Amino acid sequence: MKLIIIDYGAGNIKSIQFAFKRLGVDAVLSNNIEEIKAADKVIFPGVGEASSAMEMLRESGLDSVIPELKQPVLGICLGMQLMCNSSEEGNTKGLGIFNVAIKKFSSAVKVPQMGWNVISDLKSDLFTGVKEEEFMYLVHSFYAENCKEAIATTAYEIEYASALQKDNFYGVQFHPEKSSTAGEQILKNFLKL
Amino acid sequence: MLTKRIIPCLDIKNGRTVKGVNFVNLIDAGDPVILAKQYAELGADELVFLDISATLEGRKTMLEMVLKVAEQVNIPFTVGGGISSIKDVDALLKCGADKISINSSAVKRRELVNELSNKFGSQCVVVAIDAKQIDGEWMVHLAGGTIPTALNLFDWAKEVESRGAGEILFTSMNNDGTKAGFANEALAKLSTELNIPIIASGGAGTVQHFTDTFTIGKADAALAASVFHFGEIAISALKKELKEQNIPIRI
Repeated sequence: MKLIIIDYGAGNIKSIQFAFKRLGVDAVLSNNIEEIKAADKVIFPGVGEASSAMEMLRESGLDSVIPELKQPVLGICLGMQLMCNSSEEGNTKGLGIFNVAIKKFSSAVKVPQMGWNVISDLKSDLFTGVKEEEFMYLVHSFYAENCKEAIATTAYEIEYASALQKDNFYGVQFHPEKSSTAGEQILKNFLKL
Repeated sequence: MLTKRIIPCLDIKNGRTVKGVNFVNLIDAGDPVILAKQYAELGADELVFLDISATLEGRKTMLEMVLKVAEQVNIPFTVGGGISSIKDVDALLKCGADKISINSSAVKRRELVNELSNKFGSQCVVVAIDAKQIDGEWMVHLAGGTIPTALNLFDWAKEVESRGAGEILFTSMNNDGTKAGFANEALAKLSTELNIPIIASGGAGTVQHFTDTFTIGKADAALAASVFHFGEIAISALKKELKEQNIPIRI
C-alpha cells in the first residue's frame, strides 16, 4: 500500500510518519502532485497558521488537487480545518470540502485548548473499536462548528465537531499520532478504509 | 471535558537520564527512551525532557534522543534546556519534539518568544519561569534559579503571553525539592490573570498536593520528577485517586 503524507511545509509531520512506522507502514512524504494522486491513502497534516498554510497550498497548486482526490484522505488538526469552507484564523477561504466554518474559541476558556479531551457521538468506520468518550490529545485555538458532516464531537466552551467526514474525505481535529493506543486504532482504521 | 495533565520530567545529560531513577523492572533506568515509553504506558499525559548538557556534543546527543523518543513514544513531549534560537527549535521540531520550552534565553532576548510563536505557532512554545518569593514578591530567577532578575513573575508571565507563548511552566524555587506542595497561591493568580494553560512545578510530595494544585492552584497540568522516578507516587494510582476526588483526569 502506498501511503503519502502531503509535505507542503506546514508543521511537524515526523510524528505522523513515526506513528505509521510503529504500525508497520512506511509513509512517504511528498509534495509531488502525480505521486499524491496515485497514492492509495493520503494524509493531509498541518500545524501552524491557517492563512499562511493556504498560501503554501496555492503556491504548490495543491489547493485544487486535494479536493479532487478519490482515495481516502485524512486531514489532521490544521489539515482538517483547511478542508473546511473558511477560517477565522487570518480570515482565509478553505478548500471547501466540508461545509462548515472554522471559528475561534472565546476568552471564556483558555486558548489554546491543550491536552486530553473526549470524543463522543462517534459515527464512522474511522472509529471502529474506539469507545465513546475516548480520550484524544488536542492542541488548537480554532474549531469547526458542529454540523451535519460531524462524525465526532468534543466539548470545550461549546460542543464542536472534532472529526468530519464527507465521501472519501476524513478530518480529525485531535492528533491520533499522539493519542496513545486509541489514536493508533484510528490510524489503523484509516489504513483499512 | 478537558482533563488535567500529569507530566513526569526527565533531566537529561549527554543523552542519559541523570537524577537517580529507581523504577520497577527497568532494564536500563538511564535510558530516556525506555523510561519515556514506560511512563506513556503507565498513563502519563505528556513528558518533559530537560537537557542539562553543557557541551556541544551533549546537545547533538539530545537531538538523537529526541528522534528516538519521537519514533517510539505515542504521547506528546516537550524539550527544554539551552534553546536560544529559531535554528535550535527547528532542529528539535524536525526530530519530532511536539513543544519546546525556553527560559533564560527569553529573558535575555524577549523578541525570541515572538519569533518562535510566529514561525512555529504558539502551540509549541512553552515559556518556563523559575521564580522565588522574596519579601512577599515573586521574582524571576535564571540559570536554574541561581541568578535573580528584577522581573516580577506575574508581569513577565503576562508579557510572554502577549508575545505569543502557548503555555507557562512555572517552577516555584521556594517549593522545589521540599515535597511540601505546589505554590498554589501564585499558581491560582497566574491561572486567573492569564488565558493560556499553566503547568505547576516544584513541591510535589503527595497525591493531595496534586489535588490541591488543580483545585486551589487552578493549574492545568502538574509536573514532577523524583516522586515519579523513585516510585513514591505511582502515576496510575495518582490518576485514579484524582478521579475519585472529582478532578477531570484521563484514565
